[in-house]
Amino acid sequence: MFKIVNRKEMAQGTVILNEIEAPLIANKAKPGQFVILKADETGERIPLTMANTNPEKGTITIIYMVVGKSTARFKTLKVGDSYMDVIGPLGKATDIEKVGKVVCVGGGTGVAVMHPITRANKLIGNDVTCIIGAKTKDLLILEDEMRAASHRLIVCTDDGSYGKPGFVTEALKEVLEANKDIKMCYAIGPVPMMKFVSKMTKEYNVPTIVSLNPIMVDGTGMCGGCRVTVGGETKFACVDGPEFDGHKVDYDELFSRLASYFEDEKKCMEEYCKLAEAAAKL
Amino acid sequence: MAEKPGKKEKIPRQSMPEQKPDVRARNFEEVPFGLPSEAAILEAQRCLQCKSPACVEGCPVGVDIPGFIALVREGKFTDAISKIWEMNALPAVCGRVCPQELQCEGKCIVGKKDQPVAIGNLERFVADYERKNRLAPMPKKAARTGKKVAVVGSGPSGLTVAGDLILKGHEVSIFEAFHKPGGVLVYGIPEFRLPKEIVFSEVEGLERQGVHLECNQVVGRSVSLDELFAQGFDAIYLGVGAGLPTLLDVPGKNLIGIMSANEYLTRSNLMKAYRFPEYDTPIIRGKNVVTLGGGNVAMDSARTALRLGADVSRIVYRRSRAELPARAAEVHHAEEEGVEFHFLAAPLEFKGNEKGRVIGMKVQQMELGEPDASGRRRPVPVEGNVYDLECDLVIIAVGAGANPLLTKSTEGLQLNKWGYIVADPVTGKTSKKGVWAGGDIVTGAATVILAMGAGRQAADSIHDYLMRGW
Ligand SMILES: Cc1cc2nc3c(=O)[nH]c(=O)nc-3n(C[C@H](O)[C@H](O)[C@H](O)COP(=O)(O)OP(=O)(O)OC[C@H]3O[C@@H](n4cnc5c(N)ncnc54)[C@H](O)[C@@H]3O)c2cc1C
Ligand SMILES: Cc1cc2nc3c(=O)[nH]c(=O)nc-3n(C[C@H](O)[C@H](O)[C@H](O)COP(=O)(O)OP(=O)(O)OC[C@H]3O[C@@H](n4cnc5c(N)ncnc54)[C@H](O)[C@@H]3O)c2cc1C
Ligand code: SF4
Ligand code: FES
Repeated sequence: MFKIVNRKEMAQGTVILNEIEAPLIANKAKPGQFVILKADETGERIPLTMANTNPEKGTITIIYMVVGKSTARFKTLKVGDSYMDVIGPLGKATDIEKVGKVVCVGGGTGVAVMHPITRANKLIGNDVTCIIGAKTKDLLILEDEMRAASHRLIVCTDDGSYGKPGFVTEALKEVLEANKDIKMCYAIGPVPMMKFVSKMTKEYNVPTIVSLNPIMVDGTGMCGGCRVTVGGETKFACVDGPEFDGHKVDYDELFSRLASYFEDEKKCMEEYCKLAEAAAKL
Repeated sequence: MAEKPGKKEKIPRQSMPEQKPDVRARNFEEVPFGLPSEAAILEAQRCLQCKSPACVEGCPVGVDIPGFIALVREGKFTDAISKIWEMNALPAVCGRVCPQELQCEGKCIVGKKDQPVAIGNLERFVADYERKNRLAPMPKKAARTGKKVAVVGSGPSGLTVAGDLILKGHEVSIFEAFHKPGGVLVYGIPEFRLPKEIVFSEVEGLERQGVHLECNQVVGRSVSLDELFAQGFDAIYLGVGAGLPTLLDVPGKNLIGIMSANEYLTRSNLMKAYRFPEYDTPIIRGKNVVTLGGGNVAMDSARTALRLGADVSRIVYRRSRAELPARAAEVHHAEEEGVEFHFLAAPLEFKGNEKGRVIGMKVQQMELGEPDASGRRRPVPVEGNVYDLECDLVIIAVGAGANPLLTKSTEGLQLNKWGYIVADPVTGKTSKKGVWAGGDIVTGAATVILAMGAGRQAADSIHDYLMRGW
């Protein structure tokens, strides 16, 4: 059992932070790696990146967006409750080297995944510009943390309710124009965001790392469900990734495969909401 | 020979009552119900009690088959289980999944003229009797040696090693990557063939003996072998199986609805997706399903598809019926349940719709050509004979490879060119001091009993090492 010792709601309750007791994992984990969590006996195995680890305290922190039944069930867990299973650290760690100027682009909950990578870049001595975006002001997460983790932060909202109006790609274009010596770009967020960021950095010849989130089961390279096409080759995101060369990823295939269980997930969520409503009335 | 008891009156081979094909093809309950005791005793009377029994030669772990059958004949079912346990720790599993027609029953003398003694069904009967009644004395544990052994992987080979070494007085911990123990017995083989309750009851037995079980430990990621040694383990056994799916490299291979048997069966068995939405993990419920391959994995997939509501479940196999590597009983059951077989057929291409979902495939008709290096006649394409099959789910069950996660992250572990661990065939010793390996990760995908046999040999060698040295 893996106990939740701290919990926070962000972005109007659509994004949840859990700090979980998992000393062995906390001790081993590196930025970019993920864990698989299962809430209880009937639960699904859900992959989430570690947004933070605290080896002294023996805890890991995950930040997730509530998008379906499993994350909705996770949301009901309170401080003192436990996850039945937490497996990790899984996946490869981010390659972070001292290169000079880097830009980190995070969208949605991708911002949470970006946080440790941003911080590690600053620590190693890179000059870090960070661009984060959300649909609207209320959905923005980790603004203060990202400001502290980088040298300068640009905030964008799609609807212009806060910061710079527009998509993160527009802000990125300005940054790339103004800094021809940017050596590296990290982009983590929704698939279309990563696709368009990569398209742009390719024009500017800036190497780009993206973190992919295909559907997973085991997370150990055993099922092939997480396969993605990178540079024309089949890769398993759980063991070969989750980070890949952004210029080589087949985003359209990934986007399509993410919808594999769309109908089932919708049904599952609807039934769950009905049950939750009924329970609330009791 | 004429004086042997079995010869006096001719008793026909007793068959197990089972669920009717049309009923069972729609549920996940076990297919056969097992032999009633009277039938088991009758069946035991068919054994000739040979002086040099051929069946035992056919058994990879050398169970005293006439010995236990003689006890069944006398109704001493509890003594019979103790007899089997001397050589085989998981008879309830083996009775259900061993390819008996190639092993003990394939060699049985009675089988020369009549049907062989139903050794597998008797083994299963005795094991089930014990699980229900719990009368047999537990084997005695030797005095504590103070030595610690780590077993990586909780499949049949890891469980065997753990069971043997705990009895010899060592401290044993199993590290399992999944959240539940059992390996393929739990994530691969479906409930209707091997109820999971049987596997968990075996594992509980080991825990009662004192084996520590640590799930959610992906050795190589969560902890390395050198770290295990540093934690005080004196020896390590690697029984991590052949957990790497083989996918196909043909156009359309990544369409939605094309998945490895590992993924399909893991979702259904381990994650219980067949009980979705009570369990949260979804699975594609194809109406028109094609399974590629011809082994046990393919039979299990095609039969699972029927139970998940398929109208048509087809097996498309590259070679002919004679080469089907699956257990005879599984092929028979699959056919009874309505699985259709397309022999000498190979996939050329998958076709998808605008949503990226598979809707069909192109199949190349093959014929048997010249024998290849293995002596089997190689399938070759029949020029111009290509046909289409409609399908909304394709399950790929064409074999497994060595998962590199642990092996590639461990220094000093010699691998062969396919990535399997090189281990001494007798002792199971690897090139790394203090590390043994066995089962599918050494032999490539094989059988439960071979994995157990390798575990037994390695356990003996580990014991020697712990008491005497490498
Ligand atoms: C390596 C990795 C790291 C991730 N890190 C984070 C993170 O830090 N924060 C975060 O909010 N999300 C993260 N995700 C995505 C997260 O796993 C999914 O949002 C979650 O599984 C959705 O489950 P659900 O049952 O709530 O939603 P569902 O109703 O099941 O699905 C909603 C959508 O989520 C996606 N999804 C469903 N199941 C999975 C699955 N098993 N794996 C991946 N995606 C799935 C699908 O696109 C689906 O349409 C990560 C995914 C991966 C693979
Ligand atoms: C669907 C299917 C049906 C089959 N049917 C039959 C049959 O009818 N009869 C028969 O005799 N054989 C059958 N087989 C083959 C048989 O199941 C295998 O040969 C046997 O299970 C191999 O045993 P093992 O102990 O070597 O490995 P496995 O059973 O594969 O167990 C390995 C275990 O190690 C774990 N593991 C892997 N990597 C790590 C790691 N890094 N750290 C920790 N744990 C790890 C895995 O999660 C797994 O639990 C079938 C196989 C399949 C897939
Ligand atoms: S070969 Fe057949 S008849 Fe002879 S001992 Fe074995 S099971 Fe009995
Ligand atoms: S999640 Fe199964 S292979 Fe990656």
